[in-house]
Amino acid sequence: MKEELFVSGRDIPNIDPYLNIWHWQIPLYLFLGGLAAGILFFAGFYTVRGKADKMQATVKWAPLLAPIALVLGLGALFWDLKHKLFFWQLYTTVRLDSPMSWGAWTLMIITPISLIWVASYMKEMFPWWDWKFDFLNKAEAWVIKNRVGIAWVMMVYAVILGVYTGILLSAFNARPLWNTSILGPLFLVSGFSTGLAATILLSKDPKERKRLSQIDLIFIVIELFLIVHLFMGFLAGSQTAIEAAHLFLGGPFTVTFWVFVVMLGLVFPAVLETLELLGFHVPKWLPAVLILFGGLMFRFIMVEAGQITRYLY
Amino acid sequence: MKTRRDFIKISAVGTGATVLGLSAFGAKKFKWFEPKIEGPVSDEDLTPYATYCEVCFWKCGAWAYVDKQGRIRKIVGNQNDPHCNGRLCPRGTGGVGMYYDEDRLKTPLIREKKADGSQEFREASWEEALDLVASKMKEVKEKYGPEAFGLFNHGNPGGHLEHLMRAYGSESNAEPAFANCRGPRSSAYFATFGAYIGSPECTDIRDTGCLVLIGSHLGENMHNSQVQEMSQAIDNGATIITVDPRFSTAAAHSTHWLPIKPATDIALLMAWIHVLIYENLYNKAFVDQYTFGLDHLKEHVKNMTPEWAYGITDIKPDVIRKTARAMAGAAPAVVIHPGRHVVWYGDDTQRERAMAILTALLGAWGKRGGLYIPEGVSVPKYPQPHYPEPEWTWKDINEGKYPLATMGITTELLKASVPRLNYKHQVKAWFVGGTNLPLAMPDKKLFKEAAEAVEFIAVMDTMPMEITGYADVILPEATYLERYDFIRSSPNRVPNIAVHVPAAEPKYDSKPGWWIAKQIGERLGLHDYFNYDDFSEVVDWQLKQLGTSLEEMKKIGVKEYPRKSGPLYLGDGEEFKFNTSTGKVELYSVDFADEGFEAMPVYKAHPEPPQNFYRLIYGRAPMHTFSRTSNNPNLWDLMSENAVWVNPKVADLWALKKDQEVWLKNQDGAVTSFPVKVRVTERIRWDSVYMVHGFGHSDKKLSRAYGRGASDEELITNIAVDPIMGGTGMRGNFITFLKDNPATEVKEDKA
Amino acid sequence: MRYAMAIDTKKCVGCGDCVVACQTENNVPHGYCRDWIVESVDGTYPSLSLEFRSERCNHCDNSPCVRCCPTGASHKAEGGIVLVTHHKCIGCGACIQSCPYDARYPHPEGYVDKCTFCIHRVEKGQNPACVDVCPTHCLYFGDLDDPNSDVSLALKDRKWKVLAPEAGTKPQLYFLT
Repeated sequence: MKEELFVSGRDIPNIDPYLNIWHWQIPLYLFLGGLAAGILFFAGFYTVRGKADKMQATVKWAPLLAPIALVLGLGALFWDLKHKLFFWQLYTTVRLDSPMSWGAWTLMIITPISLIWVASYMKEMFPWWDWKFDFLNKAEAWVIKNRVGIAWVMMVYAVILGVYTGILLSAFNARPLWNTSILGPLFLVSGFSTGLAATILLSKDPKERKRLSQIDLIFIVIELFLIVHLFMGFLAGSQTAIEAAHLFLGGPFTVTFWVFVVMLGLVFPAVLETLELLGFHVPKWLPAVLILFGGLMFRFIMVEAGQITRYLY
Repeated sequence: MKTRRDFIKISAVGTGATVLGLSAFGAKKFKWFEPKIEGPVSDEDLTPYATYCEVCFWKCGAWAYVDKQGRIRKIVGNQNDPHCNGRLCPRGTGGVGMYYDEDRLKTPLIREKKADGSQEFREASWEEALDLVASKMKEVKEKYGPEAFGLFNHGNPGGHLEHLMRAYGSESNAEPAFANCRGPRSSAYFATFGAYIGSPECTDIRDTGCLVLIGSHLGENMHNSQVQEMSQAIDNGATIITVDPRFSTAAAHSTHWLPIKPATDIALLMAWIHVLIYENLYNKAFVDQYTFGLDHLKEHVKNMTPEWAYGITDIKPDVIRKTARAMAGAAPAVVIHPGRHVVWYGDDTQRERAMAILTALLGAWGKRGGLYIPEGVSVPKYPQPHYPEPEWTWKDINEGKYPLATMGITTELLKASVPRLNYKHQVKAWFVGGTNLPLAMPDKKLFKEAAEAVEFIAVMDTMPMEITGYADVILPEATYLERYDFIRSSPNRVPNIAVHVPAAEPKYDSKPGWWIAKQIGERLGLHDYFNYDDFSEVVDWQLKQLGTSLEEMKKIGVKEYPRKSGPLYLGDGEEFKFNTSTGKVELYSVDFADEGFEAMPVYKAHPEPPQNFYRLIYGRAPMHTFSRTSNNPNLWDLMSENAVWVNPKVADLWALKKDQEVWLKNQDGAVTSFPVKVRVTERIRWDSVYMVHGFGHSDKKLSRAYGRGASDEELITNIAVDPIMGGTGMRGNFITFLKDNPATEVKEDKA
Repeated sequence: MRYAMAIDTKKCVGCGDCVVACQTENNVPHGYCRDWIVESVDGTYPSLSLEFRSERCNHCDNSPCVRCCPTGASHKAEGGIVLVTHHKCIGCGACIQSCPYDARYPHPEGYVDKCTFCIHRVEKGQNPACVDVCPTHCLYFGDLDDPNSDVSLALKDRKWKVLAPEAGTKPQLYFLT
């Protein structure tokens, strides 16, 4: 029998018996970040493609959610800081090695861009809107003129944001569950999928919804493929990686993950969307809500389970 | 029916003084960006005060470092002290916790009986508390004579009370350190060598070639310099032989671990003696010159072969031979460690005798790497009148039993307090200082009966312990960091002294032990015995007689003196007369034979656990001293409760899981008051369980320690008394597991 | 210069003195610790082995905590000692996640705290508090680049291991076995 224990009575809050330093704030933020990334990416995408008129919800209405999500996400992040008064230290330095630093700066850029984007559509969305000051009207005019350029910047930063939500975790070598390069693409795809789902919910145009559902289906398939790949990678890996995988393959997270994330959050909405595309009648909100729910669950589970996995003891 | 003296668990009414604790370290600064908890302070900004540690009995010389705000920040060992060589053990380092513990006794308390029959403690002034104690002492003296006032003591605080009691006319004292701990070894080594082992033990582990530990878990009992020397021995490549049914820390660091069947040690020791004699491996020069009775011994062990011992001990004959040869190979640099807490099965003096005989056969007495010849500084007595001669003392309490006891026997003192037992000399009142009897003594029933029977109990302590719950008056004592105290002069390789200087004012309304003793003495008209205003006068006077002064000692803390008694070791062939009846090392004990005891040790079988029961083995953890440190915030951080060690096979059988809480019940139906967590470990045999002693506190005023873990003492109801010196053998108790809360059962038991 | 520590598992008795000494030296709040002791038992009675390890921050050469810190609060001081500048730390917890040894913890004041190798003592030529207190003399500290330092001498003739080498952090705590 192998027995390993602390004999000096270690019992540090949130560290022992296993790590639990990140609570609900981080997965919520990861979810909101991914959601915003997805929304902004497709808003940019259809603008660049010149299809803004056909995709009203994608380009105009859904982006309203993006700054809200980003600000809420930032709020969650700030809430999570333990030494809050010093948060400004984030913006005194650029640290290329640190995903946190990347994230802080990305948010610093994409949040204002998303606000500008939304602002440029305010008058279109709400005809009674008035910027009141002349210089604001001038600025608006400039933005509207340069929308395509801004869309390009927005797309690039949306991808960075989407990938970053995964890399934030995967950069932690010390947590075997997170330490896989698949997490970046996986979170990107999952984030885009949730962004699409949110847009579908807002869209009143059946053609737009159909188009978005088609793309979403592709993303879900890619996501499922990446998940399978994730576990193949773990099981072919070191002992710690195998143990990490076993949390989901018979371990305490098996049911929550496979039932809520994979079945209810991915497979079931995919089936519903397929049925819808084939012409069957499906409540239009159902697959989208399931995808959003699945995406949220996925991040909560990954953050929670990842903290349990470790090298020692 | 309500007993006369309820054990008061509920906290005293309105115990004043607000909680201070360690948070006082970080003086609150309400500046946003400034940390409230200060970081480290460099040593130059701290003032060291000389002290010696009193968290255990090893009394290591130390420096208490105090910062500019007068706060004690840390305690560090004194480099020049042979007890610690500049390195304290965790308890010494954590001694600050004793000072900062916010659960400390803060004011004198007096037991109050209310009209409705309930009892509680109320705060009292020192004046009132001391007057009460003095008046009770007068009363007892008038009614029964001063001898009827008994004293349970330990360490320095006990020392001041002993002085008070002697001046008052009573020598009816006993300390658990003798009959509940190391008494058998004193009697056995005195019978064999005419000398005591002392504390620190005169074991020359530093230079040994072979260290033999018989159930002694060095490293878990953190006897500082000894543990340091064991480490040195490991570095030196010494052979270490550990005999223990448990895979102890020492066993893990040993060359040979002999996982002996419990209670069979004497058989192994005798087999070793057999091998040494019959394989002609013993030290002939030493044995011929210094010992008496080899022929007797040779005849005695004739049939005690390793094969014979194998059937008893589970230790294979070739292992017994191999280890005996290893000892002989290293002789005389062999330490057969006499152990410390050695009251196990009631034949402990004989087991210790076997160890002493083994030492003699290896010629390891007075030899480098064996037992050295210790020497201490004799500290002159501060001028005072002679103590009055009591009409009877602790010796008379024993009524002729235990002829070879050299100190008072606690159990006998308890029995003398119970009128039902009809002792000739009866004890009517107690003073208790520095010992927590309910957790230190076996046989709780006897303790309770005695505590309920006596007319008055005064307790002096720093912490609210179980014993304070039985007191009529509680006298809060200042910790060792807050008072002057006796000069330490324990025998060692080099004679030395150490002093004790207060590093801070007494916290709350606590007072030094010497002050309390003096105040009571003054009230009894014993001023001549306390002819000083401050104990520092006594210390200074004594130091001046020793050619130094308090002023000098404050700067150095520890001072060494040249040896006067001769070298540390016996020279080859040197003439030496031992202080025994024959003047020789007695392999055959003439005194024992005269008193009707076996002159040479004999193995006798002891009861074995009945079915579904397991032998209770208890021991110590390096981070705690008995039950007295369990509430120390620093040490509580290290170990907050004990666990019951269970072999995986037993755990399987009982379906016990790691950290599952169980209650333990012994062969007499005694159940632990609190549950204890299971530790499933291969480190213990399947016929035994193991617990660290000193947990399971039932006093709620110990806010951290209360209800944490279980007390092994509650399970020790069967006591095997050593007929030679009255030791209380405690390892003959067997436990079983209760997986459900037996609360109802316990209540019935208490009624 | 490369500061490192060697821990002799053959001598350590797991007493926890290093933990208390660290607590009093560095004023570590109760309930927290910068170092700790692991007991590792292997085998079946009576064929057993036991190892005590006094563990703390490994002051890794390839320190993930320093890399992932977004503000530069976690940094390497002279001799490779990994430190946290309290007033730069925002308490994001990234370094805690990044440490394979779980050697960091959030201090109640908010910043992340850990073993400093007692740099305030080392700078003055003293040993870390844990090293100087250890009753079994099982901790060795010093400069690996100096062949005569305590730690170099301790490592010279002994077998040693490091913890979680597969994490790739190049730890500087060496356990003599």
